[in-house]
Amino acid sequence: MKSEGGSLVTLAAFFAVTSLFAIGGGNAAIPEMHRYAVDIQHWLSDRQFADSFALAQLTPGPNLIIVTLIGYHVAGIAGAVAATLAMCGPTSVLAFFVGRASQRFTGAAWHGALSRGLIPVMIGLTAASATVIVSVADYNWVAAAITLATAAIALFMRVHPLWAFAIAALLGLAGLV
Amino acid sequence: MSSPAVPPTAPPPAPTAPPAVEPPRPTIAELFAVFAAISLSGFGGVLAWARRMMVERRRWLTAEQFNEAFALCAFLPGGNMVNFAVIFGTRMRGPLGAIAALAGLLGPPMILITMVGALYAHYGDLPALRRMLTGVAAAAAGLMLATVAKMARPLFANQFKDPFKNWGAITPLIAIVTFVTIGILHWPLPLVLLVIVPLSIGVAFRNQAMRR
Repeated sequence: MKSEGGSLVTLAAFFAVTSLFAIGGGNAAIPEMHRYAVDIQHWLSDRQFADSFALAQLTPGPNLIIVTLIGYHVAGIAGAVAATLAMCGPTSVLAFFVGRASQRFTGAAWHGALSRGLIPVMIGLTAASATVIVSVADYNWVAAAITLATAAIALFMRVHPLWAFAIAALLGLAGLV
Repeated sequence: MSSPAVPPTAPPPAPTAPPAVEPPRPTIAELFAVFAAISLSGFGGVLAWARRMMVERRRWLTAEQFNEAFALCAFLPGGNMVNFAVIFGTRMRGPLGAIAALAGLLGPPMILITMVGALYAHYGDLPALRRMLTGVAAAAAGLMLATVAKMARPLFANQFKDPFKNWGAITPLIAIVTFVTIGILHWPLPLVLLVIVPLSIGVAFRNQAMRR
């Protein structure tokens, strides 16, 4: 938590810009958050980034709440508030005007070619996010096995994700990971 | 993002099948309370809860209106639920409604996760907690992989049937290039998207024109 003023501005500016490129939800920005917070600013280690992602998944609320946690880690409560407002402010203003402009939700220009053009980008970004999370979370073969098993369960069975988290946490606690 | 010129604000009069009774409209306080409830009941994404609350319990939106609203929110940048709170809140009660819905959605989880962060700062090095978080992180990564598989399946299945007609293979290729540049090469997100989004939308417009 050194040079708090500078960090706060850097933090807010980064999330404000990144949020506008988060196409397909907060998780789309995971690779960029990792690149900037871990690789460039060294605010967190890989391990702390993986832990933050896990904690954000365990805490109720929207996915992008991981931003609050990163902000808290960098600059305490001020950082948590600054990061969250920066992540949600600019996109909320955009949503406000788009929502007001399109009285009905369908039929507008976005619905056709615009959305079809964004879908492959969204899929690519989600795949990138999954890759980054796997690369920071799976550092041994047991963790990798948990990842694959959870993916298979989520794909082929209808089970609530909390069960996967609970079992994985127990496996970890037992010292297997 | 250009939209057709339509009169601003005013709740949608449900143009397809006008209901006999005017649907109930939430107050500012209700907006805050309902979005807080949705936010706190949703683990790992809140979409299912939002639908249950909005459509089934409170009947503020029909299932069709909810789907349309959510599709719009998914294509806007930023958190899907954040966008939904803003658009729904605005439609019901104007800018104040949007602020109330946002405060409900973000306030309680912000307080919770800050407490979690404080606990982590103190106890994050405890071996037992470390090991549990490692397990959860691995499982969370698995859930994300499953999401990718579900999203990608239709894209690749449809396009590769006829890869050379209508530049069909371009669309999966765009997904792959996005994935490799961001996920493997770790290029900056804005840089990649400023090139690939216009390109991808251009291809989609071209395909649409070809089909007519």
